[in-house]
Amino acid sequence: MSKNITAQFKTTLGAFTLDVNLQLPGKGVTAIFGQSGSGKSTLLRCMTGLQRAEGVLHVNDALWQDANSFIPVHQRPLAYVFQEASLFAHLSVRRNMEYGYKRLAEHQRKLAFDQVVAWLGIGRLLDRAPDHLSGGEKQRVAIARALLTSPEILLMDEPLSALDQKSKNDILPYLEQLHDELSIPVLYVTHSADEVARLADHIVYMDAGRVITSGNMSETLARLDLPAYMGEEAGVILETVIAERDTQWQLLRVEFTGGSLWVRDTGLALGHKVRVRMLARDVSLALDKKTGTSIQNILQGVVEEIADDKHPGLALVRVRVGESPVLSRLTRRSVHELQLSVGKAIWVQVKSVAVLE
Amino acid sequence: MFDWQPVILSIKLASMTTLILLLLGTPLAWWLSRARGWYKQPVAAIIAMPLVLPPTVLGFYLLLLLGPDGAVGQVTQSLGLGVLPFTFAGLVVASVLYSLPFVVQPLQNSFEAIGQRPLEVAATLRASPVDTFFTVVVPLARSGFLTASVLAFAHTIGEFGVVLMIGGNIPGETKVLSVAIYDHVETLNYTQAHYLSAGMVGFAFIVLLLLYLLNNKKTNGVS
Repeated sequence: MSKNITAQFKTTLGAFTLDVNLQLPGKGVTAIFGQSGSGKSTLLRCMTGLQRAEGVLHVNDALWQDANSFIPVHQRPLAYVFQEASLFAHLSVRRNMEYGYKRLAEHQRKLAFDQVVAWLGIGRLLDRAPDHLSGGEKQRVAIARALLTSPEILLMDEPLSALDQKSKNDILPYLEQLHDELSIPVLYVTHSADEVARLADHIVYMDAGRVITSGNMSETLARLDLPAYMGEEAGVILETVIAERDTQWQLLRVEFTGGSLWVRDTGLALGHKVRVRMLARDVSLALDKKTGTSIQNILQGVVEEIADDKHPGLALVRVRVGESPVLSRLTRRSVHELQLSVGKAIWVQVKSVAVLE
Repeated sequence: MFDWQPVILSIKLASMTTLILLLLGTPLAWWLSRARGWYKQPVAAIIAMPLVLPPTVLGFYLLLLLGPDGAVGQVTQSLGLGVLPFTFAGLVVASVLYSLPFVVQPLQNSFEAIGQRPLEVAATLRASPVDTFFTVVVPLARSGFLTASVLAFAHTIGEFGVVLMIGGNIPGETKVLSVAIYDHVETLNYTQAHYLSAGMVGFAFIVLLLLYLLNNKKTNGVS
């Protein structure tokens, strides 16, 4: 059985046209990323069947829609989390969560009620009315309610965008935990580079109803035609493992395929997997390994691609460090003065990296 | 000796009318709340007409329509049901038409207030459209149903013009409360007219008070 998702849709709504043809992995988190109005939510709604569009949709070998058939929304084994929690106002938290759960036959219930409650930390909210929950609590209940339908795919439409920063920070750890615990594919619509950095394994970048690029997270973020869209957020994510702790200076050494980096000690145990984010603006390049610098993290790499940035005075350079791509934003004068060219060996100086957790 | 017959007849008429109206008005209001086409407004206008027409006009045309020579009268006769004017069944038909806007409008308003989102959520939680209607729409539109029922019942109890036109004044069959009051006043039987009228005033007050109390409580009610 091939575990993947094929989605082809073409539909026009007024002046907007959605035209996509996607192959997505059948596991992990796929971030559908792009600015508002790029059609990401429309794509998700077409996949649920809430919005009718001409097209073909296969999820894990099951045909959900083609020219001759259309499985109604309520018969699709999916779960959907809306931008607003949209809890049923007439039902308590527990009854909201049971709504979908009760509609499954017993043998279809793959997730236990108590387990989902524990995952999302909502045990003490069960008997409350939705009106008496904070925004973040509501969205956690909505996620739990969706998961309790034991879906084969989880679709989330900007689940954090209606929340304030504090609620976002409260929920993200739960989402990261789900990312590790769930074996089903998750499609996550967002316009936040931060959420992509923390959650995604695969990225679909959309603009004006079309897919600009779709691929593995770290390679996609390191594409030089994409960062122009991302502006200041341009940078790469590295999947690392904590390898060493320097207790004297409160630092951790994290290893990735291609090198290691010293980062601030966040208190995590050795062997723990963490994502670190390295923004292009924090990375500079040098021809020699500098000494007498405050920069702790200096890596060796090879220039792979050089491209103009949005501003005519700036350039983006992708350097391959081991197997991992790293982006650096430089002035074009620097590119000229260092005589950078593809294939040139270079020292990569990283001014700062952020541990995402 | 107080004559209870008109009171009982009125309650019977109002109960049957309310029941029929809820069965008829709910799908109609649902359809109106979801319809997007041009035909929505004309249909809404026709349903609302009893609000502005004098009851005698409605009664007059119903009399013609349901009568032996009317289109509906022909049908009921050929079905062996006889003619409806001056019967209890005729009163029910007239009351249903007359009170239709009092049921459709509050229901339509509360259906529209629910919006599309809860329906979409229910669909993604594996509820079929019918399941969604009874487990999401009806509970969320509870206050609409309450208002519709109370208004239909009370409005039917209070109707006079239509009843007089289509039902006349047959004791035990069509002589409802409001007609009985008119009758008592005509025959200068003020004592009986007082009993019934004062009873109606009390009834109206209690019904409206209950309605407001229940609608107010609704905001706290979660099961």
